[in-house]
Amino acid sequence: MSEGIGAAVKRKEDKRFITGRGKYTDDIRMENQAYGAFVRSPHAHAEIKGIDTSAAEAMDGVIAVLNGKQLKDDAIGDIITGWAIHSKDGNPMNVGAWNPMATARVRHVGEPVAIVIAESQAQARLAAEAVEVDYEELPAVAAATTALEDGAPLLHDNVPGNLIFDWEIGDEAAADAGLAGASHVTELDIVNNRLAPNAIEPRSAIAVYNDIDDHYTLYTTSQNPHVARLVLSAFYNVAPEHKLRVIAPDVGGGFGSKIYIYPEEITCLWASMKTGRSVKWTSDRSEAFMTDAHARDHVTKARMGFDADGKIVGLKVNTVANIGAYASLFATATPTYLYGTLLSGQYNIANVYCDVKAVHTNTVPVDAYRGAGRPEATYVMERLMETAAREMGMDPAELRRRNFITEFPHQTPVIMTYDAGDFHALLEKGQAAADVAGFAARKSEAASRGKLRGIGYSCYIEACGIAPSKAVGSLGAGVGLWESAEVRVNPVGTIEILTGSHAHGQGHETTFAQVVSDRFGLPMDNITIVHGDTDKVQMGMGTYGSRSGAVGMNAIVKAMDKVEAKVKKIAAHTLEASEDDIVIEDGEVKVAGTDKKMAWHEVGLAAYTAHNLPDGMEPGLKEGAFYDPTNFTFPSGTYICEVEVDPETGVVEIVQFTAADDFGTVINPMIVEGQVHGGVTQGIGQALLENVVYDEDGQLITGSYMDYCMPRADDVPSYVLEHSTTVAPSNPLGVKGCGEAGAIGSPPAVINAITDAIGNNNLTMPATPQKVWAAIQEVGLPQAAE
Amino acid sequence: MTQVTMTVNGKAASGDVPGETLLSDFLREHLRLTGTHVGCDTSQCGACVVLVDGKAVKSCTALAASLDGAEVTTVEGLANGELHPMQVAFNDNHGLQCGFCTPGMIISGIDMVNRYKAEGRELTEEAIRHELEGNICRCTGYHNIVRSIKDAAASM
Repeated sequence: MSEGIGAAVKRKEDKRFITGRGKYTDDIRMENQAYGAFVRSPHAHAEIKGIDTSAAEAMDGVIAVLNGKQLKDDAIGDIITGWAIHSKDGNPMNVGAWNPMATARVRHVGEPVAIVIAESQAQARLAAEAVEVDYEELPAVAAATTALEDGAPLLHDNVPGNLIFDWEIGDEAAADAGLAGASHVTELDIVNNRLAPNAIEPRSAIAVYNDIDDHYTLYTTSQNPHVARLVLSAFYNVAPEHKLRVIAPDVGGGFGSKIYIYPEEITCLWASMKTGRSVKWTSDRSEAFMTDAHARDHVTKARMGFDADGKIVGLKVNTVANIGAYASLFATATPTYLYGTLLSGQYNIANVYCDVKAVHTNTVPVDAYRGAGRPEATYVMERLMETAAREMGMDPAELRRRNFITEFPHQTPVIMTYDAGDFHALLEKGQAAADVAGFAARKSEAASRGKLRGIGYSCYIEACGIAPSKAVGSLGAGVGLWESAEVRVNPVGTIEILTGSHAHGQGHETTFAQVVSDRFGLPMDNITIVHGDTDKVQMGMGTYGSRSGAVGMNAIVKAMDKVEAKVKKIAAHTLEASEDDIVIEDGEVKVAGTDKKMAWHEVGLAAYTAHNLPDGMEPGLKEGAFYDPTNFTFPSGTYICEVEVDPETGVVEIVQFTAADDFGTVINPMIVEGQVHGGVTQGIGQALLENVVYDEDGQLITGSYMDYCMPRADDVPSYVLEHSTTVAPSNPLGVKGCGEAGAIGSPPAVINAITDAIGNNNLTMPATPQKVWAAIQEVGLPQAAE
Repeated sequence: MTQVTMTVNGKAASGDVPGETLLSDFLREHLRLTGTHVGCDTSQCGACVVLVDGKAVKSCTALAASLDGAEVTTVEGLANGELHPMQVAFNDNHGLQCGFCTPGMIISGIDMVNRYKAEGRELTEEAIRHELEGNICRCTGYHNIVRSIKDAAASM
């Protein structure tokens, strides 16, 4: 079937986007709409001594100026973190309180202090500049390692030493013993650079309060509108769930940054109630750099031991993770259960130990961003493997082969049970596609042009499709991570799928419809996907952690199972046959081996007319399901990067990038490839270009696209993609998830390639020309290019 | 306030706007043509690119008042009964994901194809990548945008 599972169906949603008819939050205008502009802290750390709003209130168009104390007085709750982590000593974590708008103290540049509501955006912004806040500056700290030092400025009274938790996973004594007995130990100091997510659509919110019904509607840039409603109701006391509707219309990219319910959305809802006006706020890019949750920011010391045959005998990892000024929703899960649990990589390692110190600093909160913990783990593993191979004089691919896990299920020493994979096949496919055999010739040809050519591998595994609710609950999660779906078959046989997943670029309107089309043999045109509105869709946990396929689509499958069962009952009754003999194919419901059949829409009509249903059967044809996964899914792959470095300038060109991935069942290869292209580019961005920089006083240096270097089209090559498939055994569709793999697997491949080219392992991300040039100077020019 | 009159997507459009009104705001807020997007405040992301008198312009850097009498084409004005070849190519080649940068990408693509054709130059992959330096996409990794523009160049 051309539109079913595995077909490269063109996207249904494209037409509105290519004609400018998409409807993003900022495109919406409400009756009675006013605009909000935030007064933000220019300081990284300061006491608020007073706020003088009188000048602002007198300005043209100003409706109200509201501050954090008023918000607190109205019992709006503090912002929560959703995952409780315990330290290795058994104590619960300590996190600082996070007021939606600061009341007494600001702890990062950009923290909101007040909001101005005015008739126009320009008036609101002008008035926000006229609000005078009396600050008393305090010493600030931006680097997590510095924040742990004695005498460092303290952010929160209830967080001694700025230490949120000191968590561990694995067996330290076993890892130490493994390392002690190793014939070779590779040790690396690793920095995983801080990133800003940079969805191109800035965050936006329109809050609409209806005083007649005491009801709120929030239009917002969310990856998970139901989670937003849940949190706004249960924790922030904005309104009970039945009086709060959250709509996430077209959303222009998320990458994690639009999971969270930020101060701005909460404040707009409250301000709408206070002013009786619809309140719209749209972030500009500078605000985004100061408010959207940042990412990564780990400092790690890692030691990996090998026996004489190159088998890994122990791994010990010590990480300091910067959480920022406040602990955001998934901030505590990201550097723990999404990081430490992946430190076995694709390798059979008996002894793994990791500890993570999570730290408050005077920076924007750090949270999950494309990959979330798994890129950091992969970077540790794959830098270690490549470096170890070089130190031991081994081919880096061969070192990996000797350590690959080959039997499944495989229980790692760090919780995960890998259920499927074929790492040898991925490596072989990757090597063939990258023509590794021809690398030596390419290297010498490059040398003849004065260029240093290098090759680097990354063999990643990740855990996505989060997650089994019971398992994550036992590990501290505050929510279950199932997904829900409803399949509505209309009387004319067309189908609406209501899903709790949310698309913001992933193409669900196409891929989800393909799954339904495949199941019932119906044309794609007859199937519509409904998402992003809490009034339409019953419930959902949303889209992040590459879960829409592995969890969201399988919820649809479960609901379709129920629809199919009822369709068969109706058809069996109508056609006077046994249910067991009914088959559904090509849009028809047939009695196998006979010419008796009903068209699909005839079954729909029969269900709704209810003139001739089996005794006791309810009319209608609409079924829902909640799907709770039984395991994570484990995408894996081999990425091979080839670079050329100009030794005169340190400029790196990525001349070839090959990705061989195993995503399990692929619903739409065109869309899956697009996800890999985007993910790999974000990983290349991290490796070569992107870096959030704070100065020692906590001032954000990279506050716009003038300073924060986003990957452009000429920074990346066209990609070479390969697939090798092992079906995920834990879910009915066999899908694993493809959204994050590219960003997870690619950074170490890039750095391994550069360090191979220049013959110096001492290189940190982003590998800017200046850093690469300095690294070349440090060791001298490799022979090949002289 | 300044009276501005221009032709937008083939129709006369006018408004009385503050002098500091950017073309992007004039299009989005006064004419309610919200297909033109704003993704940054430093004129780098390119989501706001429109055609002004046939040339690609970042509408977030142009004052509406300075374009009195200009002919402006936005993404909404490209399809003339049927989709523009560049729009078709973006759909055919999966050249978009979230769609937010797409209007700017499509207009920039049209502009570069027109320029290269007028100058008799070949629009190679390398040239397309270089030409896209003023357009940022966070979703696609550019791979399929480059393919889309190359594909459209063959049919324009």
